[in-house]
Amino acid sequence: MKLPPITNGFEIVYKKPDTLTDTPMHYCPGCGHGVVHRVLMEVVDEMKIQDKTIGVAPVGCSVFAYNYMNVDMQEAAHGRATAVATGIKRVLPDRFVFTYQGDGDLAAIGTGETVHTVNRGENILIVFINNGVYGMTGGQMAPTTLLGMKTTTSPYGREAASAGFPLKITNLITQLPGALYVTRQAVHEPNAVRRLKKAVRLAFEYQLLKKGTCFIEVVSNCPSGWKMTPQESNKWMEENMFPMYPLGDLKVPSQTMN
Amino acid sequence: MEHTPGTSEIRLMKGNEALAEAAIRAGLQAYFGYPITPQSEVLEYLAVHMPKRGGVVLQAESELAAINMVFGAAGAGARVMTSSSGPGISLMQEGISYMASAELPCLIVNVQRGGPGLGTIQPSQGDYFQATKGGGHGDYHMIVLAPSSVQEMADFVFESFRLADKYLTPVMILSDGALGQMMEKVALPPEGSLPFIEKPWATTGKKPGQKRRIITSLFMQPEEMEEVNLRLQTKYRLIEKQEVRYEALETDDAEIVLVAFGLAARICEKALTLAREKGFKVGLLRPISLYPFPSKVFASLATNAEMFLVVEMNAGQMVEDVKLAVEGKRPVHFKGRMGGMIPSPEEILSEIETVIENEQVNT
Ligand SMILES: Cc1ncc(C[n+]2csc(CCOP(=O)(O)OP(=O)(O)O)c2C)c(N)n1
Ligand code: SF4
Ligand SMILES: [Mg+2]
Repeated sequence: MKLPPITNGFEIVYKKPDTLTDTPMHYCPGCGHGVVHRVLMEVVDEMKIQDKTIGVAPVGCSVFAYNYMNVDMQEAAHGRATAVATGIKRVLPDRFVFTYQGDGDLAAIGTGETVHTVNRGENILIVFINNGVYGMTGGQMAPTTLLGMKTTTSPYGREAASAGFPLKITNLITQLPGALYVTRQAVHEPNAVRRLKKAVRLAFEYQLLKKGTCFIEVVSNCPSGWKMTPQESNKWMEENMFPMYPLGDLKVPSQTMN
Repeated sequence: MEHTPGTSEIRLMKGNEALAEAAIRAGLQAYFGYPITPQSEVLEYLAVHMPKRGGVVLQAESELAAINMVFGAAGAGARVMTSSSGPGISLMQEGISYMASAELPCLIVNVQRGGPGLGTIQPSQGDYFQATKGGGHGDYHMIVLAPSSVQEMADFVFESFRLADKYLTPVMILSDGALGQMMEKVALPPEGSLPFIEKPWATTGKKPGQKRRIITSLFMQPEEMEEVNLRLQTKYRLIEKQEVRYEALETDDAEIVLVAFGLAARICEKALTLAREKGFKVGLLRPISLYPFPSKVFASLATNAEMFLVVEMNAGQMVEDVKLAVEGKRPVHFKGRMGGMIPSPEEILSEIETVIENEQVNT
């Protein structure tokens, strides 16, 4: 039997859902990853689908997502999360399956898997954390790195002539008929977090329709990789990342289904 | 084998199709693959028959994607396989290494063609090293079975799934383009004759009150990573003890023992007959499990036989394992054809004559 928490007469207004473990997160202060984890798991908790949800972790800073998300999970090779998720969903079609991937994972090494998974309209949710760098390996250039942006492998700023352009992979996959719901969100302020949560809820609900892939990009920060304080990084993100990656829905189901 | 005799169905089939049909009968739940000659019939056969008989068949966008779909489905508890040939198997190495580490059961079929590079679509045995020594990164092995007939293409599917489930490891059937394409009579075991086992580790959704299940190959602490390696190595030692398979033909009085696997062994059988007719005391040792390699049998063979002649359709790969097993007790000769060329029985016979002659000169 679970005992009620000791509250010393205070009312509990905010608590950790059962879908998150007690393991302290390893993310840097101010990093968006932890917030997105929580939002995802709050939705799984509220929809009471913990027993039917299987997640796939990427290779990137969120490689240990399975230490924090209290659901069954598999750890995929770098870039292969959506292929792994395809394997899971095809043999367990009534489960809720999601991947959680960074920009290097999803939009560089895993581009082929990403495009074809969405093109097949796999009935999964893809959560895409776009922080414009390779966080885990120490802040190298990512496909989403902005022009002029300095990283450890674009020390003079990204130049289109040699490194190509920032890849708007979300816009790209929006064109695919297999994409059911595509949206771009953020977690830099409470309202944004609320909007993301709505989107995640919708995406999980849409999975029951079996009508295609749901894709949520979260434009996020990497204070460590960007060499900024958390506050600076959020400001920089608003001023530089959002113009390139504008927030909002790119495709909603009514458009797809009529 | 798994099936009870008398209940099988006899058919005339291509090796690749017999393998695919056997897989369905062995309870295959999902297949992920990508076309490549000379194995495409596996995917094509399953594309026709799996939907009718209940199962997933998906043509992936690459072998890279295919093997990772196999990873996901295996992790979710399904009986799952893929098949390919040289270039595609190379792309799968990443996924195979991950599956070996995460201890996921699956079947991978390599219908070998000549290489390196894009090579040729003709049969070859050039992927022996890749199959038996790991292939991908890290310390791991797959169980590798080498069929030498259409019948064995079918039988080894059952055997592979059984072994994969038993040892929680990827298992490879190392075939070649000739065995895949040739038609022979095959007795197919009845459908459903391979039981399913409980997979209490599979990610199927966290049950209330139970711990969540995690499939991973990431062990950041070196102490933990060494633990995992030790566990894998213990498993491999057990496999080496329990799962060695080979066939010995007329080795009792043999002065020269041919050593060959797969298609090369079939040709050696014919060469053996020709040599015996000429009065040479020739035997044949056919390793069936290439990993675990039947090393021990060579110790006893080396006491009677005077020499070994290894015949392969490559530049000399298994011969290294034979030499290790013979431990320098007897001379080990090698005859190989490469790039999709198949040695003829006469060619092997003349090689037998040459090595016998040379050994007599030397002694
Ligand atoms: C095949 C392979 N290549 C390279 C790496 C090294 N690596 C690990 S994480 C990573 C980049 C991750 O960046 P991203 O996906 O953007 O995630 P983030 O850390 O920013 O959240 C790389 C290159 C690897 N693990 N595997
Ligand atoms: S390196 Fe960047 S992405 Fe990784 S945890 Fe730190 S802030 Fe987050
Ligand atoms: Mg990143």
